[in-house]
Amino acid sequence: MKTWKKIVCLALALALSLSLFACGGGSGKVTLNVLNWGDYIDPELLRQFEDETGISIKYTTMTSNEEMLVKLASADNIYDVCFPSDYLIEKLVSEDLLYPINKANIPNLSNIDPRFLDLSFDPGNTYSVPYMWGTVGILYNTTKVTDPVDSWNILWDEKYAGQILMYDSMRDTIGITLKKLGYDINTRNEADILAAQEALIAQKPLVRAYLTDDIKMELINGSAAMGVVYSGDAVYCISENPYLAYVVPKEGSNVWFDNIIIPKTSNHTAEAEQFINFLCDAKVAAQNSDYIGFSTPNAAALALMDPSYAEDPTYNPPQDVLDRCQIFQDLGDFVKIFSDAWTKVKAA
Amino acid sequence: MKQTNAQGLKTAKGIHIRRSVFAYPYVVWMAVFIVAPMLLILYYAFTSDGGFTLENIVQAASWDNLRVLADSVRFAVYTTLLCLLLGFPVAYLLSQMKKTTAALLSVFFIVPMWMNFLLRTYAWKVLLGAFTNMLYTESAVLLGMVYNFLPFMILPIYTTLIKLDKSYLEAAADLGANPTKTFLKVVLPLSMPGIISGITMVFIPSTTTFAISQLLGGGKTMLYGDLIYMKFITEQSWNTGSALSIILLVFVLVSMTFMKKAERKTSDEGGGRLW
Repeated sequence: MKTWKKIVCLALALALSLSLFACGGGSGKVTLNVLNWGDYIDPELLRQFEDETGISIKYTTMTSNEEMLVKLASADNIYDVCFPSDYLIEKLVSEDLLYPINKANIPNLSNIDPRFLDLSFDPGNTYSVPYMWGTVGILYNTTKVTDPVDSWNILWDEKYAGQILMYDSMRDTIGITLKKLGYDINTRNEADILAAQEALIAQKPLVRAYLTDDIKMELINGSAAMGVVYSGDAVYCISENPYLAYVVPKEGSNVWFDNIIIPKTSNHTAEAEQFINFLCDAKVAAQNSDYIGFSTPNAAALALMDPSYAEDPTYNPPQDVLDRCQIFQDLGDFVKIFSDAWTKVKAA
Repeated sequence: MKQTNAQGLKTAKGIHIRRSVFAYPYVVWMAVFIVAPMLLILYYAFTSDGGFTLENIVQAASWDNLRVLADSVRFAVYTTLLCLLLGFPVAYLLSQMKKTTAALLSVFFIVPMWMNFLLRTYAWKVLLGAFTNMLYTESAVLLGMVYNFLPFMILPIYTTLIKLDKSYLEAAADLGANPTKTFLKVVLPLSMPGIISGITMVFIPSTTTFAISQLLGGGKTMLYGDLIYMKFITEQSWNTGSALSIILLVFVLVSMTFMKKAERKTSDEGGGRLW
C-alpha cells in the first residue's frame, strides 16, 4: 500500500506543479485569441505585431456572422478580438456581450474617416472600431454576359440558367431579393419575406450553386457567368481575371461595415486594444487593405495607397451608389421568419 | 500477479481486480460522449425556456421538414442499392481469389478509408469541376455518397463469403445444379447476413449524411443532416434542431429494428451471425 500512496502523492504533486506552471505562463507571455473571417487579414501583419509586442496571436476563422454569434455567446468563449458585421454588433450589444473600448488606448482611431464613425449600430463607437466596409453586388464575366448588367433581375434571366451563383447566406441573399422586389432590406413585414421566398424558389432551377468563398474561384476560372459577391472579393477577382466586372444594381443593395470588437469575457483587454490600435495604424491598414482587397475606412491609410484604389468605384463606391444602399439591422425575433423562408428555399 | 481465475486478477499484495474493471474506461467514455449528449438532445427537444413542451417536436415534424427527411431516405436508398450492385461482385470476386491476391487488392479500397472523408470529397469536387459538368448536381451528391460508403458494403459481404464452406458448392454441383443455380440457391442465401449488415452500415450513415451534399451539391440539395446543421449553426434554434435529431433517431432505430429482424431470420437459416 505504501507504494500506492507514494504514486498518488507524486501524481498529485505533478498535477499541481503543472497547473501552477500553466498559470505562471500567463504573466510571462500573453496570447490573444483572434476570431476572424477567412482570407480577411494579411498574415504578415500578425507576425509583425507579434515581433513588435511579444504578444502571441492564436488565429481562428469562421464563415458567417451567425457562426461568430454562436462562438461568442457560448459559455466558454475564449476570444479576445473579433470582427463582426454591423447587425451582429447590434445583437451583441443588446445581449451585453461586448467590452466598452477604452479609446485612450487607441490613439490611431483619429485615422478613421469620420463618415464611418458613430453609425447606427454602435452610436459613439462605444464597443467597436471600423475594420473594413463595402457593398454587395453582381460580379459578372463580360465575355459571357452580353446584356447590360444594372439590375438584380439578371440573376433571374433564364438565358443564364446554370451559370448563376448565389451567396449561401440568409441575410445577404434574402436581402438582395427584397431589394429586387422593391422592399426594405430590414423589412418586418411577413408578406415581403414570403414574396422573396417565392422569388428565390422560382430562381432555384437557374442557380448553379449556393456558395460562399468558392464563388471567387468559380468566377475567376470562368465556370459561371455571374455571381453575388462582396465588393472586396470583387476587387480581388477582377485583379485575377480582367474580364470580370462589378455592379451594384440600380434597385439598391446592402452596404456593410465590419468592425473590431472585444468580447466582455476577454482577460486581455489591454493587449486587445493594443492590437486594435496596431490595425488602425495608417501603414498597417494600407498594407492590409491592399492585401485582402477590401475597402479600408482608414482615411490616413487610403492616402498612402495607390490612387487607383480611391478612383476604383468597386473599392470606393461613389455617393450615389451608397445612397441606394441600406445597412442591415438586427432583426430581433423576426429573424425566425427570415430563417424559415431561407430553409424553405434551400429545401425546395 | 500471482494467480488468475475466471473472475479477475490477484496482485502481489492481494488486491483483487475484477475483470469488469477493464470495461470502466469504455463505460466512462460512453457516459460522457454518448449518453450525456443524448440526454442533452432530449432535454432541448422537450423543453422551451425551461418548461416541458411538445411544441418543438410538432414544429420539427412540419410537412417541409418531413419532405427533407423523405428526400434523404430516397438518397440513402439509391446509395445503398448502388453500393450493393457495385459491392457484391467485388466482394464475390475477392472471395474467389487467393488470400494473398485478395489482401493486396483490398488495399485499394481500404487505404482511401485512412484519409478523412472530407479531404476525399474535396478531391471529388475538384475532379468533377475540372473534367465533367456534373458538379453541383444530385448525381454528384450520389456519386460522393456511393464512393464514401462503398467499403462498408464490400467488407461485411466479403467476410461472409470467405467463411462460406466450399463443400456446399461442390455438393450443389454434384447434385446437378448449374453455376447460376448454385449462386442463386446457395451462395446468395448464405451471404445474406453479410448483405444485410452491409445494407445497415450503408443505409444508416447515408440517411444522416451532411457536408457531402453541401460540398458536391452546391447547397442546392438539402439532406436532413444539413437541415439539423442549419438549425443549430445558422439559426441557433437548439430546441428545433434537437427535435429534428430526435425524429431522425426514431427513424434510424425503427429501420435498425427491421434490419436486425431480417438478419436474425437469415442467420437462423445458416451462414452465421456477423455481429
